[in-house]
Amino acid sequence: MEGTASASVGKTHRPFEYEVGREKIREYANAVGEANPVHHDPAAARAAGFRNVAAPPMFCVVYSAGAMGPAILDPELGINLMLMVHGSQEFEWGEPVVAGDVITTQATTKDIFEKNGMTFYVFESESKNQDGETTVKGTWTNIVRAG
Amino acid sequence: MADTKLEPGAAVPELTVTPDKYVPHRYAGASGDFNPIHIDAEFAKAVGLPQNILHGLYSMAQVARAATQTGGGDPRSLKRLSVQFRGMGIPEQEIRVTGTVREVRDGRVVVDTVAEQSGNQIVRNAEAELYI
Repeated sequence: MEGTASASVGKTHRPFEYEVGREKIREYANAVGEANPVHHDPAAARAAGFRNVAAPPMFCVVYSAGAMGPAILDPELGINLMLMVHGSQEFEWGEPVVAGDVITTQATTKDIFEKNGMTFYVFESESKNQDGETTVKGTWTNIVRAG
Repeated sequence: MADTKLEPGAAVPELTVTPDKYVPHRYAGASGDFNPIHIDAEFAKAVGLPQNILHGLYSMAQVARAATQTGGGDPRSLKRLSVQFRGMGIPEQEIRVTGTVREVRDGRVVVDTVAEQSGNQIVRNAEAELYI
């Protein structure tokens, strides 16, 4: 690992704001097979105690993506995307996300280390809704094989 | 959902799903991840893959669905999920998500989970934390 990259540990990236649309939730739910009506129908969602159509938990990747892209593509890291694989992923959920929410996600370069000839890049993200409530915290680990 | 007792060592209801040929395309549109290894078989082969492969986060979403199912179907029951991606998921082959309860305490349930296709693990060491 080069010195420039390791100096990036702790770097906080530009926050990304995402407005959650009802049709985007439905599109995502249909793509992954989430059939629960709370993800499709406002009346069903409200009957279940949600403020509006509810995002499935893993919808967090949709509203986080705009924050993670620039973090992973940070020129200081110089990650070769052709050699990168998504190694592991963790999410811890808080306040549910519903249609109409505005979610702001901030990513941090958390750790860079080498193991078995591969370089591990660990990013953390935290997403908050318009009321400042945390909706999800993510830990994203990408592995780059030796080129 | 089957009436499964959530106690340590118990198997949770399994989830099976066979993503059709166009799931990677629909997931690309839904997620915004248009990496050609997922949607272009020729590109995938040119970079040494057997064919276009499933998005890892799609496979993780199936693990999340299985965990939510164990939690009684309420998406709010899923509090934490960590996974490791291994191998490659491919379209048109059944994904089977299975899990075993590791720990139960004060309404908190931890489930160890894997997702496999034809015996090949595509998500392993998954750990789901549910509040029921």
